[in-house]
Amino acid sequence: MLLAVNMNFVAFSHYLGDMHGQVFVFFILTVAAAESAIGLAILVLLFRNKASINAEDLNTLKG
Amino acid sequence: MDAKTAFFYLFAVVLLVASFRVVTARNPVHAVLNLILAFSQAAAIWLLLKAEFLAIALVLVYLGAVMVLFLFVVMMLDIRIDALRQGFWRHFPLAAFIGVLIVFEMGMVLMGGFSSIEEPKAIPAMVLNAAGQPEPYSNTKELGRLLYTEYLYPVEIAATILLVAMIAAIALTLRRRKDSKAINPSEQIRVRAQDRVRLVKVAATRAPQVQEEDAGNAAAQETKAHTRAFPDTGGDAVRHRCHRHLSEPQEPDRSAHGHRADAAGREHELRRLLALSG
Repeated sequence: MLLAVNMNFVAFSHYLGDMHGQVFVFFILTVAAAESAIGLAILVLLFRNKASINAEDLNTLKG
Repeated sequence: MDAKTAFFYLFAVVLLVASFRVVTARNPVHAVLNLILAFSQAAAIWLLLKAEFLAIALVLVYLGAVMVLFLFVVMMLDIRIDALRQGFWRHFPLAAFIGVLIVFEMGMVLMGGFSSIEEPKAIPAMVLNAAGQPEPYSNTKELGRLLYTEYLYPVEIAATILLVAMIAAIALTLRRRKDSKAINPSEQIRVRAQDRVRLVKVAATRAPQVQEEDAGNAAAQETKAHTRAFPDTGGDAVRHRCHRHLSEPQEPDRSAHGHRADAAGREHELRRLLALSG
């Protein structure tokens, strides 16, 4: 999804001759990389603790 | 139709097919491999759009690092895709409705939104550098100039976000090996001689009443209770490891007698991985 957003940014940045769009793409890439790393770490932790990554099984917070 | 347009359509078609395969693939590893193909095609399209730096960054960061991470995690987890697909047809009408809505909105924007935009400014082939000399236009140089002048604080915030993400990922997944026999060098260096060896005065010939006197001394008895007796040193020359009063807390995890559940678990995961790849 973020790749599609980035594609839009790059395309319009090229079309309008404006470099700021590409700077924005740079920041989006950074944040996406960080969040994927943390998300995968959480996933690994969940799998280690519950042996499942099915969203239906992750109901520990439910009272 | 020139070669550039032909290449654009080629990359776009492969990108769309690969993205479709990402969400429909039955094997999660195939999905990740299709995602890699999609990212590489996107990088090629960015090259066509003259965003060279971002295209290379996409290949290096996403194909080189993030996708390998994805692949590792997907191979490590035992994903039963049938269980994940159970609710597919039940949720299909709502998902299809939202999808059609988004397509309709995007179509409206694409059909009607471009009349007010003026002609694009062409990127100049030659630009003046600081010394006033013309030099070829460089996308990377222009991006770097913007990043480190106008966007300096955002760059630093992005760096902090990456650092926090790295620390968080390590802290979440770090597991101390219980069966490791490695020694902690800092703990080893901080050991002092008086923690390890204690000199005691032992009578050359021991009469039974000397031991009686010792037993009468309450402090000495306390010490003796906490020591592991060697047969010939009078009982308390060498103190047990647990009762050496080191400044740092002792780590019971690092004992050599840890149980071997970890190794067994890892072998189990490896078998799952082989089953997944087969």
